[in-house]
Amino acid sequence: MRPAVEARGLAKTYGDVAAVRGIDLDVAPGETFGFLGPNGAGKSTTIAMLCTLARPTGGSARVAGHDVVRERDAVRRNIGLVFQDQTLDLYLTAAQNLRFHAELYGVPRDELDGRLRRVLEMVGLWERRGSRVQTFSGGMKRRLEIARGLLHSPRVLFLDEPTVGLDPQTRASIWGYLGELRRAEDVTIFMTTHYLDEAEYCDRIAIMDHGELIALDTPEALKAGVGKDRVSLRTDDDAAAIAALRGRFGLTAGVQEGTVTFAVAGGERFVPRLFAELGVPIRSVNLARPSLDDVFMSYTGRTIRDAESAQRPAMPWIAGRAR
Amino acid sequence: MSADPATAPAAVRLPDGGRRHDLRAVTVVLRRELIRFWQDRMRIVIALVQPALFLFVLGSGLAALTSAGSGGFDLRTFLFPGVLAMSVMMPAMFSAGSIVIDREYGFLREMLVAPVSRTALVVGKCLGGAIVATGQGVLVLLLAPAVGISYGVAWMAAAIGLMFVLAFTLTALGVMVAGRIRSFQGFMALVNMLVMPMLFLSGAMFPLSGLPRWLTVLTHVNPLTYAVDAVRRTVFAHVDISERSRAVLAPGVHWGGWQVPVAAEVAIVAVLGLVLLAVAAAQFRRTE
Repeated sequence: MRPAVEARGLAKTYGDVAAVRGIDLDVAPGETFGFLGPNGAGKSTTIAMLCTLARPTGGSARVAGHDVVRERDAVRRNIGLVFQDQTLDLYLTAAQNLRFHAELYGVPRDELDGRLRRVLEMVGLWERRGSRVQTFSGGMKRRLEIARGLLHSPRVLFLDEPTVGLDPQTRASIWGYLGELRRAEDVTIFMTTHYLDEAEYCDRIAIMDHGELIALDTPEALKAGVGKDRVSLRTDDDAAAIAALRGRFGLTAGVQEGTVTFAVAGGERFVPRLFAELGVPIRSVNLARPSLDDVFMSYTGRTIRDAESAQRPAMPWIAGRAR
Repeated sequence: MSADPATAPAAVRLPDGGRRHDLRAVTVVLRRELIRFWQDRMRIVIALVQPALFLFVLGSGLAALTSAGSGGFDLRTFLFPGVLAMSVMMPAMFSAGSIVIDREYGFLREMLVAPVSRTALVVGKCLGGAIVATGQGVLVLLLAPAVGISYGVAWMAAAIGLMFVLAFTLTALGVMVAGRIRSFQGFMALVNMLVMPMLFLSGAMFPLSGLPRWLTVLTHVNPLTYAVDAVRRTVFAHVDISERSRAVLAPGVHWGGWQVPVAAEVAIVAVLGLVLLAVAAAQFRRTE
């Protein structure tokens, strides 16, 4: 079976800024593929190229079997898009927004009513179909956009930061709907996020940093690759604890958010030794399995939050994206 | 374009694309324009204020001053065709301006990423704007008896047709401008800068006979002149007016010694509209 999305050496430079530096990837049909990285890593630019909204300056990509440059309309007919910023007509009702979309995408008329009901029920907005979008909350608007992106039965649904700016409860419900969607529809989901916990929902994730793919695997494999658990301690004397960890155990620790944090293999067997041998009073211990943040850290040497705060200026693509 | 059988899951039925698909796009963009117009009924009322002001306040106020010059002809009757043209101008521009707002609020993107030709989108927009603006003009047209012009099927139908052609051209002009302007404030400022001189130089407010040469040149390059003249001649064919007054108030547009016929005037406006439409479509095709 041909991949739903395939990229070979896909690159984009703006002037002399390389936003994406040659990406290779294959996404299998039916897969939920996550694109993870800090803001400015090149995720949005990549997705824009795959969606035919930005022209690659190098390499090639095919989506649903069509070349993103040479067969632009064919790609567009085969994809659904949910953007970071909403693109609804607030003065129209939910159903009117969807009907507008259906006409633009040429959804067969005899299928439209059934399809409309199906996607609206999937996101729990069927009852509100006659309400103007103006009256919707942020989460409802996003759900409506997801429904709209699915209306024309796309092969690949692209979601660019589908939950950004939403409260945790709404984020969870969006993920509930996306899970439902994977069961109900024959669709490949390609999404970007910078929420690490959300990447866990994906079948596979690609980690992107500075325009390059630095890792690509299932979340489990990526975490297993890190192999170490994360231990954080609250102690009476952090400096002494760090020195003792280095001296006695050969471990490098740092202070993060007021706790002494370090990575160690087999954490549950290490903690008893810690109490016995550290020599600095310990007030509390937290032991965590490797998270995607640890994965990110092991590949980039920093946490995703550090990467965010050291964020480079917005890509020209972002400034021009309303066009 | 046919689907690759290797990747086509059974559940997916692809839209056909092609001309019929473009036609659906034209229709739905147009329909949205009508829905939005109907929803914004306040705008309809507000858009009636300006024509009414010109007709009843300015027209009545200046009537005393000008009754000598117009040979006793009611100034409001003279102004009426110009006011009809004016009444479609603003709604046409507003329709076009909604593109700028759609861009600000993101909806333009939903349209631009769709697998339809940009030309179809622009055509739908211009037709929608033209219909909405003509509808607005029809409301003003219904005021005819208040300025001494009785209803009649033939002249009113002709006036509606003329307003539609004018409205289409103005919407196309607005869409072309909207393709380049990024803020609604900027758009409105530019539109005002265009509309007022066009209106003043069109013969909507005063007859174009006996103007200084430089003004005559300006009025001749103003497309609105031909639209206003065509509407005025259509309306005046229906009213009772002395030949002397007609010669002063509706002299027609002359190129050298040749009076441009109404059909040619309509053609000028329509062709300009199509050219502007083509430019606007090309502009939107270029943006990614």
